[in-house]
Amino acid sequence: MLTRRLPSRRNVVRGIVASAGAALLAGCKQFDGISQAPWFRKNVLHVGEDINTAVQGFFLRPSSMAREFSAADISPKFKANGTIRPNDPDYQALAADGFADYRLKVGGLVENPMEFSLADLRAMPSRTQITRHDCVEGWSCIGKWSGVQLALVLDRVKLKPEARYIMFTCFDKLEQTADETGRYYETHSLEDAYHPQTILAYDMNDAVLDVPHGAPLRLRTERTLGYKMAKYIRSIDAIDDYSKISLGNGGFWEDRGYDWYAGI
Amino acid sequence: MTAAADIATTDKPLPGGTVLVRRHSPVVRITHWINVVVLFFLLQSGLQIFNATPALYVGQYADFDHPVMSLTARNTPGGPVGITQIGSARFDTTGFLGLSQYDGRWAARGFPSWLTIPGYQDLATGRRWHFLFAWLFAINGAVYLITGLASGHLWRDLVPSVKDLRGIGPSIVEHVRLHFAHVREYNVLQKLAYLGVILVMLVLVVAGMAMSPGLDAAFPFLIDIFGGRQTARTVHFICAMLIVLFFVVHIVMVLISGVWNNLRSMIIGRYAVTAGSDADAH
Repeated sequence: MLTRRLPSRRNVVRGIVASAGAALLAGCKQFDGISQAPWFRKNVLHVGEDINTAVQGFFLRPSSMAREFSAADISPKFKANGTIRPNDPDYQALAADGFADYRLKVGGLVENPMEFSLADLRAMPSRTQITRHDCVEGWSCIGKWSGVQLALVLDRVKLKPEARYIMFTCFDKLEQTADETGRYYETHSLEDAYHPQTILAYDMNDAVLDVPHGAPLRLRTERTLGYKMAKYIRSIDAIDDYSKISLGNGGFWEDRGYDWYAGI
Repeated sequence: MTAAADIATTDKPLPGGTVLVRRHSPVVRITHWINVVVLFFLLQSGLQIFNATPALYVGQYADFDHPVMSLTARNTPGGPVGITQIGSARFDTTGFLGLSQYDGRWAARGFPSWLTIPGYQDLATGRRWHFLFAWLFAINGAVYLITGLASGHLWRDLVPSVKDLRGIGPSIVEHVRLHFAHVREYNVLQKLAYLGVILVMLVLVVAGMAMSPGLDAAFPFLIDIFGGRQTARTVHFICAMLIVLFFVVHIVMVLISGVWNNLRSMIIGRYAVTAGSDADAH
């Protein structure tokens, strides 16, 4: 009985194996459509990163520190990614003069909006840290950063109680758009903004921060991926909601499908 | 519990001297097939993520000039070529690795479009697919491991005995001669392969977590296990390739050692053994 039924079963199995093989060889283009379907992106694909955010939020305490390395660990070559030379005329005029006329504007939902020159920021207590920079693309570099803790700057301007995020607006447009949606910006939680290792860096590897790495001022948030660390900072604003800003996802790369919480 | 007693109470004798025995528990069968689907998506979204930096490094940071492996495209007088470099060895892999066709055009890509999800280059969407299925993989794996430990399945059926290990030589000979004894229990090479792939999957998960700057701050030992984020990334990739190797060998063995019997045992749980052979084999 068993032996008589085997040939047809064998054919069934052959059919299954052949169709599975054909599906594999046809490639993964069958997932391209669903990858771009808004409902699927919003309700299904997003779930994994939502769980990442919740789980990391549970384990990552405000006091959890990113590892700091020794001078011997610094990368010989620190890759500069994204914009490496902003073509904004205001920026180029400032750069031509060594950023002597640069003023960091800090405002939004604050009691005392202020402007800081680089000399003002350098006169404040500084923090130096040798940390690993993790790019979402998979590579890492180790660099030495000096700057002023963002918490000290925020303490000067005094956040209003309704402030929930800190937004960084940059000089560079990473995508050339007619409107402002191509401009680089980032938003951060207050926990990350007040973290001791969150600094506005003006020096890198014992030299003044150069243009490819974000001169005159870039953000370091050492517990996140690199795209959260805005370069070429023009202004900082305390805000209560980022859904009305630019494309509404809280950052340049977030508006292009990357996760707002970039802890992994 | 002895195999013979089990046959007497629960197994169906068939004509022709074979007996249908219970081989795989419902949890093993369900988690097995979930894993097939989940690993399909994880592998191909993982290759999409790899393509964002189609090279592997060792250490805390990427030494860009000295990758341990890279897939690159170069222009030559004869046209562009795809180069796969492993250590100091270079191979021309034009059309497959480093340089392949996408929509009828040559594109510099680590892995070709037909091996990535999505097929087009899109790191952000590849990450979304990868993390979604990573959680399914973790939950599915946890169910398998917890039930396997609680029921004794892992210890009883997968950990080889000293007697098993002594029989490893004859078992290799039997495999090479394609002689497969149809018995309830796994032979020693099966036990080592299944146990091995479980360990590889565990290392893969920990290496994946070690690449997270957030988790590294919460659990600094994660990165110390591997000695650097770039090493963790390389280990993660090697583990994925070992799972692919396991998959290929597994499929070949399933096909040549009685495909219907094997498939039935993993679908409805029943496996035909030669009557009397089961007790003799152990």
